[in-house]
Amino acid sequence: MTEITHYRQTWTHRTPRARLLLWTGWAALVALFLWCWQVMTENTIWAFVWDAPRQAADIGSRMMPPRLSYLPELMVPLWDTLNIATLGTIAGVIMAVPVAFLAARNTTPSTRLLRPIALFIIVASRSINSLIWALLLVAIIGPGLLAGIVAIALRSIGFVGKLLYEAIEETDARQIEAIEATGASATQVLSYGIVPQIMPAFWGISVFRWDINIRESTILGLVGAGGIGLKLQASLNVLAWPQVTVILLLILGTVVVSEWVSASVRKAII
Amino acid sequence: MSDKTYPTTWRRPPQIVADRRWRIALQLGILAYLVLAMGSVEVDWQRVSVGLERGQRFIMGFLQPDFTSRWNDISRGLVESLTMTLTSTVVGVLVSVPIGIGAARNLAPAWIYYICRSIIAVSRALQEVIIAIFLVAMFGFGPFAGFLTLSFATIGFLAKLLADDIEEIDEAQAEAIRATGASWWQLVNYAVQPQVMPRLIGLSLYRLDINFRESAVIGIVGAGGIGATLNTAIDRYEYDSAGAILLIIIGIVMIAEYGSSYLRKFLQ
Repeated sequence: MTEITHYRQTWTHRTPRARLLLWTGWAALVALFLWCWQVMTENTIWAFVWDAPRQAADIGSRMMPPRLSYLPELMVPLWDTLNIATLGTIAGVIMAVPVAFLAARNTTPSTRLLRPIALFIIVASRSINSLIWALLLVAIIGPGLLAGIVAIALRSIGFVGKLLYEAIEETDARQIEAIEATGASATQVLSYGIVPQIMPAFWGISVFRWDINIRESTILGLVGAGGIGLKLQASLNVLAWPQVTVILLLILGTVVVSEWVSASVRKAII
Repeated sequence: MSDKTYPTTWRRPPQIVADRRWRIALQLGILAYLVLAMGSVEVDWQRVSVGLERGQRFIMGFLQPDFTSRWNDISRGLVESLTMTLTSTVVGVLVSVPIGIGAARNLAPAWIYYICRSIIAVSRALQEVIIAIFLVAMFGFGPFAGFLTLSFATIGFLAKLLADDIEEIDEAQAEAIRATGASWWQLVNYAVQPQVMPRLIGLSLYRLDINFRESAVIGIVGAGGIGATLNTAIDRYEYDSAGAILLIIIGIVMIAEYGSSYLRKFLQ
């Protein structure tokens, strides 16, 4: 005969021990937050903070009738911005493809040496924002479009490389084996077994990155790398707030359009 | 039996644009654009060749980073960046949870849905750096403006993903809770929260990582953090210090990435 076990009448989600651990974790997070807050606001001048609503109203009133006559002057910088984003994306993608093949576990020639190097390139490129790349490149190759293009390209390597190598690792091994079984050479396996499988992902990633790059290239001008950001910086420097409004509206419009383009292209491909 | 001949060579069928004429038109269009775009890039090669020497010095600085001589500034920038990252992520998550619930079509009435979705759209459309410029103008220089910027940016990111996630929950579970006569709060707590919590934690950790990277950028426009230190170092042509700062940023991002993926595995 089996003995009847009595269970507790009320159901609880966790054991008391797990609950205690959970609450300790939350308390630790709150304590850490408070401590960080203390450290961060040590040098904050609170008078400025309390003054902010008045400042906001002031800036808002200065911005308000946007100077639409400024718009024609912005068309060339806008064209430059689009070029920075597009050429930067193309250059970045071209550099990212070999890195992705070196980083993917199933295509890399050596897991010991080349794969870690490729992974480091990806992490280094991903962790440094394009604005910082632009800051460096403006110092090195001088202000202008080229610095912006190279900055966007360097930043894109990591993003495209990471997503692409994950796509390569997820390819269907059976198709590759079928190609290998026909006696295909390594390059033939690559071009008939792997490339067709990653092509949709490749175009999707590239267009997605292009969309992000349009966003990022609008501000690269703040550090002198050309495009519409240069006009923004110039207008901010002379406190021409009505012009700032026009520029911001234009940036917003560009971002919305590029997002729409990228979304519809991706929908068509995938 | 009919003797059918098969072609002896095989050509891979085109993969994206099937029509040949469209393909050619597309290629010509791309070519024309590239020529136009390349033409608009003016490169001052003299300036570039002068700059290459500087680039060499920068690479040397990257290989032999100087952590010590500016350590006070670097450590202050780092502390600002790290504290800013944590506080803004916590505040951003706390604010984005109600907005995310409000922006989920299956939980909120239409008018709340539209308000929350428009907050998200505004936050996502504006660049962090642009928000930072305005907040610095309003709240003064320093990490407080940076904290507000990152919190605002976190809302757009997290609330959108959370709302999309809530809209995709398993309706059967929500139906079961509703059938017990549960109120709206109980529905959220017992049907929605258990389904989205693991992903919310994962996204928050990911955002923590993003916020650190962004905190390095918004310092350039005066919002505190390591970006301000980096900007100063580059302006002074102190490439060895700049190299040290960049290496620190890369190191912390790597630690955060591995740490958060480990933590997510542990939590799920």
